Amino acid sequence: MRIVVCAKVALDVSQIKVDASTQTPVLSGAPLKVSDFDKNAIEEAIRIREALGGEVFSVTVGRPESKAIREILAMGVDAAYVVSDQSLKEMDALVTSKVLAAAIKEMGSFDLVLCGESSIDGFTSQVGPRLAELLGIPQLTYARKVSVEGNEVVVERALEEEVEVVKAPLPALVTVTREVNVPRIPTIMDIMKASKKPITQWSLSDLGISPEELKPAVAVEKLQAPKIERKGVILEGLKPEEAAEAIVEALLKEGILRG
Amino acid sequence: MRLCSRRAFSGGSEIVGEIWAFSENVELLHELLSGAEELSKKLGASSAAVLVGDGVREVAEELGRYGADKVYVVDDPAFSAFSPEAYAEAIAQLAKQFEPSAILVGATKRGKELAPRLAARLDAGCATDCVRLEIDEGGRLVVTRWALGGNIAAEEVFLKKPWVATIPLRVFEKRVFEEKKCEVVESKVSVEKPKAVVVESKKKEAGAPLELARVIVSAGAGVKNREDLKMLEELAQLLDGQVGCSRPLSADYGWFPEWIGLSGKKVKPDAYIACGISGQIQHIAGMRDSKVVIAINSDPNAPIFKVCDYGVVGDLYQVVPALIELLKKRKK
Repeated sequence: MRIVVCAKVALDVSQIKVDASTQTPVLSGAPLKVSDFDKNAIEEAIRIREALGGEVFSVTVGRPESKAIREILAMGVDAAYVVSDQSLKEMDALVTSKVLAAAIKEMGSFDLVLCGESSIDGFTSQVGPRLAELLGIPQLTYARKVSVEGNEVVVERALEEEVEVVKAPLPALVTVTREVNVPRIPTIMDIMKASKKPITQWSLSDLGISPEELKPAVAVEKLQAPKIERKGVILEGLKPEEAAEAIVEALLKEGILRG
Repeated sequence: MRLCSRRAFSGGSEIVGEIWAFSENVELLHELLSGAEELSKKLGASSAAVLVGDGVREVAEELGRYGADKVYVVDDPAFSAFSPEAYAEAIAQLAKQFEPSAILVGATKRGKELAPRLAARLDAGCATDCVRLEIDEGGRLVVTRWALGGNIAAEEVFLKKPWVATIPLRVFEKRVFEEKKCEVVESKVSVEKPKAVVVESKKKEAGAPLELARVIVSAGAGVKNREDLKMLEELAQLLDGQVGCSRPLSADYGWFPEWIGLSGKKVKPDAYIACGISGQIQHIAGMRDSKVVIAINSDPNAPIFKVCDYGVVGDLYQVVPALIELLKKRKK
């Protein structure tokens, strides 16, 4: 099995501050991390390799954040590929998926591509399906269970009204949700071993793509935090009965309960 | 910026490509057609529904009632089961032939796996989960969606056509156009047999839709056992509401078929009572539009207290029973 995992180094959204005067998020200097669902994809790839043998490669487009890439390797990925380029500034999902497709083709043959269902920052859920289309392979999305049986991948996925089991012949692309597994935390030994693993850095010209082919189709014009207008009445140290009284009073005041 | 479709000319002025709507969810399709009708007017274009499936021809005419000027129909046993591969290819073939300005896709999970594949096929841009759509002065589509953990509104503009966008329920309001007739265009497309196939499908237990609840009593990780939900159900009943939950109770424990949050349901009840919910930003993204938020949590530092109207720092296992008692007393 040759498995490719797409791993984004994303903005740590839980640590983004909002500038109170402009209500805009402060992105410069915001901490970065491996996107949560992509860690689930990495974990799943490693489990498949542990069961069936083979190799797991990661591919990352954009920020060449070495700490995050080392973490990916420490989780158990065999080799990491990073595509970064001066001209890759304004990326939409169209651009990202084109670069990923080119990189995966350059990496050689593969049986399975794994992605997180979406990134934690952009949250577009586009890259998996786009990449499957560009690679000309079937997509199995929102997987909460994944197994490889012979030359097929089988996934279980929960939709709004049903739970489906879907299968496809390899090569195929699978996007996973958070509940597929609990990503491992690397040990000191894993981290030490990871420092010897190869990281291949590519620019766009290494992949034979010119920046002109990578024009985004969608651009972000404005980011704005919504004004949260809540009363923020916090009641501490009340007895349960007093707290209940206070809640009923609030429900009456807000017209939820009638007096 | 050229607004116009290359292929069609009429009476000396160029015709602007249509606004299309597709969803396998009929309710959502009706809403999208309403939105397509509105956007197409601003653009000086027409609106159209796209129907793909087996036996869908017979419902084509009635889509005029919901705002469609035209309905493209691909009715073929090959499309009896939804497949992102086959459906993306079918709609892409239609789009290449008729050159729409926009394809609005219902943001169900199926729609959200279809739209990006379709966009890639058309080398087009795509914006997912749009909560607002507008045409700017330059005739471009500008959408608003929630990004960065779901708590920052991102305004995104399309730089080229076609525009592919996915839109969840309740963004557009369904309207009925009593007298409106639509033109039905039957199309044949041929696609390869999809490689991914569904081998099993089980219906989830269906509850009443949370989106319509006036009051939601919501359970979080502070609820320790499944049996304890009975207490919250009793509270919900007394308030004429329903019980919802945050992600772990559904996705990890399987106590509920669905959760409230960025990747789950988005709700806006009159009152949202969060019981034992810490208030991760992804959860807030699903209940932000609630009119009144009440939080009960034993941790005074829980982030939910920053986004609530009334917060009670206390043990839900004491506060909720007391609240039930009081409400029962009031009823008498």
